[in-house]
Amino acid sequence: MSGGGPPNPRARLAVSGARAMTAERLDSRPRGDVVKGTVFATLLFLAISLALVGLAILLGDAILDGRGRLDAGLITEGSSSDPEKAGLRSAIIGTLWIIGFVILLIAPIGIGAALFLEEYANKDSRLARLVEVNIQNLAAVPSIIYGLLGLAFIARGPLSLGFVVLTASMTLALLVLPIVIIAAREAIRAVPPSIRAGSLALGATRWQTIRHQVLPAAIPGIATGVILAVSRAIGETAPLIPLGAATFVTFDPSGPMSGFTAMPLQIFNWAKQPSDDFRVLAAAGIVTLILLLVLLNSFAIWLRNRYEQRW
Amino acid sequence: MEAGQIGVSGPALKRRLEASSPRYGERVIYALLASCAVISVATTVAILVSLLEPALEFFGEVSLGDFLFGTDWGPTFEPASFGVLPIVVGTLSVTFWGLLFAIPVGLGSAVYLSEYASRRTRRIVKPVLELLAGIPTVALGFFALTFITPTLQDVWPGHLFGGPPLIFSALAAGLAIGLMVVPIIASISEDAMTAVPNGLREGAYALGASKSRVATRVVFPAALSGIVASIILAVSRAIGETMIVLLAAGNTPNLTFSPAESIQAMTAFIGTTATGDIATGTITYKTVFAVALLLFVMTFVMNLLSIRLVRRYREVYE
Repeated sequence: MSGGGPPNPRARLAVSGARAMTAERLDSRPRGDVVKGTVFATLLFLAISLALVGLAILLGDAILDGRGRLDAGLITEGSSSDPEKAGLRSAIIGTLWIIGFVILLIAPIGIGAALFLEEYANKDSRLARLVEVNIQNLAAVPSIIYGLLGLAFIARGPLSLGFVVLTASMTLALLVLPIVIIAAREAIRAVPPSIRAGSLALGATRWQTIRHQVLPAAIPGIATGVILAVSRAIGETAPLIPLGAATFVTFDPSGPMSGFTAMPLQIFNWAKQPSDDFRVLAAAGIVTLILLLVLLNSFAIWLRNRYEQRW
Repeated sequence: MEAGQIGVSGPALKRRLEASSPRYGERVIYALLASCAVISVATTVAILVSLLEPALEFFGEVSLGDFLFGTDWGPTFEPASFGVLPIVVGTLSVTFWGLLFAIPVGLGSAVYLSEYASRRTRRIVKPVLELLAGIPTVALGFFALTFITPTLQDVWPGHLFGGPPLIFSALAAGLAIGLMVVPIIASISEDAMTAVPNGLREGAYALGASKSRVATRVVFPAALSGIVASIILAVSRAIGETMIVLLAAGNTPNLTFSPAESIQAMTAFIGTTATGDIATGTITYKTVFAVALLLFVMTFVMNLLSIRLVRRYREVYE
């Protein structure tokens, strides 16, 4: 029965009265509940505000502390024991060299591992599960332990490369590889199986299917993962400490086998100096570093939103 | 789905579906991709080998009991002492103060984002939290040293824990670590809460529950395994964090839980001792790797636990 209602005026009155009462009962809550709900919501809002305010103060503090040295000299000057003349040039060049080789290492290896795990490996096998848990664990191993691995295995020991750019690149590559693999796997998994089935049905081989169908569709997701991994590698300090980079570098790194320093390391070395002038320098360096990372991350987010394919 | 056997023994007239010639190229690619996947396993093996070798040599010289339960830490002093407890307690103390801040803030943020925030708020706030997750730890350490410590010294209430913190303190480093792990707790917990099916929420609303009741009594318990996983992962990250404790917690191995005192964390010991010029084969070198092995075992157990728990909520709701 819809609309209208009973014709009898008395019955209509009774119905509307009952409806009003029901509505009132349903709308009103015990007062305690309303108060509790408001308090709870306020606390939640306070929690998230605290996190955001913390971030804002961190950024504001660094800008305020470092404003005296946020100038061109910060980028164009090399290391110096005089805080007035010191700058990030050697560190920036070092970071560029290191990160260049990191990309060369993590892009092919990360994509290869992800392709193998998603396209070839039997996902229910114990081995596949083991590899999966292994990758997730590697993503959470303390970064200083990667530094010790680099010291014992790459700088000395089996590879004995010494304390050079390539050692730092390999160490950082191992550190961020899980990020690339996890992101690439997700991107590859997002390509629907029907695309593969269609390609295989037309006679393409497995690799042809991957090469011409799966990879092109997954590239934006993979690229996002690589950029996020790179921004993590740029900001890492701890794994470089055992690699001898904490020593005073007065030259610009010039290749894979050259000694090195890097931006976060240079900042760390400044930050631990007791003199206030070096603190200013450290703060200015932090602003530069965070700015670089924000740019990279925004680019990754933009890439994800721009090229993400919906099936 | 390896190419091979299926059609070989069939009648001659039947068309064979697989390739008429062996595809060596495909096999080479298979081998190449497999070797990429092997690198990740090899990394774990390499970590274990590189830690175990010097660590075992260390335990040849210092007994395991003396190492784990000794209360005196001075491996570079003369005479040297190798009781690891002070730096383990230092690490745990920093982690405790960090988590005391990060758990309420992280979980509050997660509930807010998943249950209360409008779509627009979420779209703005989530990338900002991601930005916080991307702040280099050296910046957080600097922040602890130049902002958190002075602020704490200003607002410290009298003689709480024996007076305000010094230049280096467990609390200042702990709070910075807390800020660092808030995004971890918030994003994993929020994922878990978002994965709770709407049917559960609507059922509770139909029974007359208020919004806060739905959040705390329905969504929170249903997402508990993911929430616990996020906290364990945060603890693991806090224990393994180096730069913040190196800059802000000091380098004095005190066996104390006091937040106001300078301590030495395990990672800080590794970071100050294992610089590039450390000589291979010395007892100091071996000590570094023994501490690192202990650190690896601690984080490994927690990582496994957290991976298990995350997998559980994924299996239930997806």
